[in-house]
Order: sequence, then C-alpha cells, then structure tokens
Amino acid sequence: MSTRPPVRDWESDFDHLDLRWIENPFPIWDELRRHCPIAHTDRYMGVYFPSRYEEVRAIAYDTEHFSSRRIVVRETPPPRQPAPPITSDPPHHRPAKTVLLPAFTPEAIGHHEPRTRAICRELIERVAGKQGCDAAVDYAQEIPVRVIAHMLGVPEEDGALFRKWIHEVLELGIIDDKALARASAEMTAYFAEKMTDRRAAPRDDLISYFVRAQINGEFMSEQHVNGTLRLLLIAGIDTTWSAIGSCLWHLANHPADRERLVAEPGLMSFAVEELLRAYAPVTMAREVAKETRINGCRFAPGQMVLLSFPAANRDPAMFPEADRVIIDRRENRHAAFGLGIHRCVGSNLARMEIRVALQEWLARIPAFRLDPAGGTKWSEGTVRGPRRLPVLFG
Amino acid sequence: MAKRLKVRVDRGRCQGHARCNALAPELFDLDELGNAREVGSGNVPPGLEDKAWLARANCPELAIEVIEE
Repeated sequence: MSTRPPVRDWESDFDHLDLRWIENPFPIWDELRRHCPIAHTDRYMGVYFPSRYEEVRAIAYDTEHFSSRRIVVRETPPPRQPAPPITSDPPHHRPAKTVLLPAFTPEAIGHHEPRTRAICRELIERVAGKQGCDAAVDYAQEIPVRVIAHMLGVPEEDGALFRKWIHEVLELGIIDDKALARASAEMTAYFAEKMTDRRAAPRDDLISYFVRAQINGEFMSEQHVNGTLRLLLIAGIDTTWSAIGSCLWHLANHPADRERLVAEPGLMSFAVEELLRAYAPVTMAREVAKETRINGCRFAPGQMVLLSFPAANRDPAMFPEADRVIIDRRENRHAAFGLGIHRCVGSNLARMEIRVALQEWLARIPAFRLDPAGGTKWSEGTVRGPRRLPVLFG
Repeated sequence: MAKRLKVRVDRGRCQGHARCNALAPELFDLDELGNAREVGSGNVPPGLEDKAWLARANCPELAIEVIEE
C-alpha cells in the first residue's frame, strides 16, 4: 500500500488504507465529526464517509437509497458474486436471512460453548508456561477458525486454508482482483464438495442444515448455499478474531480495567459490550442506488458509502465520554453488529466466543502487558483488529 | 408507592440483537428466529424495574418501550 498517493486532507481526499488511518483512526474521525460529518474521497471510484452515529443509522435503515449489492469499497468494481443475505436488498433479503437465523439464536449457539471453551483452554495450555506470546496469532485468530470449522463440520486443521482465503479476500482482494478471484474459486470448490457429501450423508452440522433448508418450500440453489457458506467463513472469522484481539490489546494496555474484570467477573457481559463499542471491528459499505440527501449532503448514485459502525460508536453525541472505555457502561446502544435489517447474523456467536475467550484467558493469565519491544500490527482493510499482538505475562 | 411498569417490544423494529433477553430474561423471551417479545403480557414484577430500564437502554434498534402505569 506504500505506492498510494499521500492523503491531502481527510475531508475531501480520505483513504481508509492510509497507514495513519489503519494504526489510529480515532483522532481522524473525531476531527471529521466536528468539521465534516460526511467526508468524501474521489479515490476508489468515489466514496462517502459519515462519521456520526445519526447518519450511519439513517443510511443503515434506508435500504431504498443505499444498496447492499456492493459491500466492499475497492479500487475496481468487484466481480459479481452474491453472498446472500449480506449482499441482498429487500424483498430478497428477508427470506435469505430468515433461513439462517434458527442456527444462530443464543440457544443454538449455547450448544457450541463447551467446544469453544475447550479450544481456548488448549490454546492457552500451549503458551501459559512461556514468558509471553503473540495474543493475536497464538490465541485470537485460532478461536473463531476452529469454532466455525466445528460448526460447519469440517476438520479444524482446515483453519490454515480458511485464514489464507480471508487474507486474500479481505486484505489483498481490495486492490488485487486476481487474488480475490482465486480465493473465491477455491472456496467455491471446497464447499461444493462438502455439499455433495452432506446431501448423500447428512450429519449434525451447518453444511447439512443448509443443504436441507428450504425457503418458501423450496431448497436453496447450489449457488445460494455455496455463497452463504463462503459468507459464514469470511464474515465469521477475522471479525471475531479482530474483536478478541482488540479486547486483549485493551486489557494489556489498561491494567485497572483488567484487574477490575478479574476481581469482578460479573462485569464480563458489560465489558464485552463496551469493548465491542470502543473497538468495533467491522466497517460495512453500501452503494448509492438512488440520489438522495441526508442532512443536506447529496449522495450521488453509483458511488459507495463506507458505513463505519466503529466511527458511529465513538460519537460523543450518542455515547458520553465516547473515547473512554467504561467497562461497566450501563447504557450502550452500540452498533458493532450493525443496525437495521442487516444486523450481523452471527452476533450471538461472536458474543459467546469473545466472552469465553476473555474468561478463559483471564482465568489462566490474569496479568499481562504489551511487550515493551513493540510489534503490535493492525489489519489493513475494513475489518480492524491486531494481526500481531506480542504480550508478556506477569 | 412505586409505579407499575409494563414492557413492550416493537416487533417491527426488533432485529434480534437479543440484548434484552441477555440482560432481563425474566421480562424478554426470544422466538425461534431469535427475535424478542415480552414475557406474558409484559407486566414487570416488583423488583425488576431496573432490569426493564436496563434492557431499554441497551436496545440498539430502540424497539423496547417501558410504560409507566
């Protein structure tokens, strides 16, 4: 990304792949919120960036003017490869979402908690005797990969393959069409084989559930199921890995919060929500489908909107002391999982994974800090979290 | 005398974030899709008033109404 021209100003020439934005976007967003709440750039074929909660909410709710047919901001138009329901608009969205929901209720997700806890313990066991570890690589990134493999009913060892695809789709894929196409083709072939297998011999897993699931009395098409499976893989892994990593980064950096959470485990559910608010990993995007105005700003058809739930979550008009993590914040209508009809279908899964990951880590490693030698590296792209997080124990 | 409270979920607004059920399971149930509804007729038993307000304060879709009777 070093070849990108430097940003002239954030209001009219922002670049969300600029190194400053990647490493610490919060001061940039604070400035924009004060002076230019809907920024724009001509980069990436034209993109708007609303930084206040109010506009993010309005756009998320307005599916007439803002379409989900494109949900990633890229240098070039993406190859058309729908992944329902995340790329669906009304009226197609609701049936495609409804078919997924029963597998992701808190009750359904609860069945996967014991395996999740066991995975966390196995991972901690490997590092607990050392002086420290890379909390992103050795811990955070492994958890959602293994949990989703467990849910899909595929070998947990395939996780390395999943991570490769995710890197190719979400990081390289933003600027490299070939990497994106290659990863998509490999994923499609991988799931096509598993679907054939599960049709012949169903098991108690998500792939079997989807190949048998019906919408309005009809089985979903091969392409639809494959797209949904690709989506679960892409959407369910680096998002949660980023969230767990950011939580650990915060706790490594803020001993008072860490000590309080260790002493008062009953605060965990509030702390998870607050950390999700402050470090929401996911920025979505919309394509302007029809010209419209929001608070006086014109949105031109064909251009994209970066829908930054992370920026909305730092808006002081919505959250008092928005830049401060208050681990027992009582009022917290954060938008980390989106707002409106596209609410993240995996939110209950992500919440369970984050809670269990933090509980198990703190039970075994109650004291840890960032390695003073540095080495923390943040992701590039629209899912934000630490990709390297060296910490020392004790 | 404390006021009697009643909670109501606007099913048109609810998107299934399930925060109300996590914070106040005595007052909010989830259906088979994970969307919320009030338990019974929504009457808040004495002692659970704080939970009713807490659920409302954590609904991202503003789908929860707390009615003071």
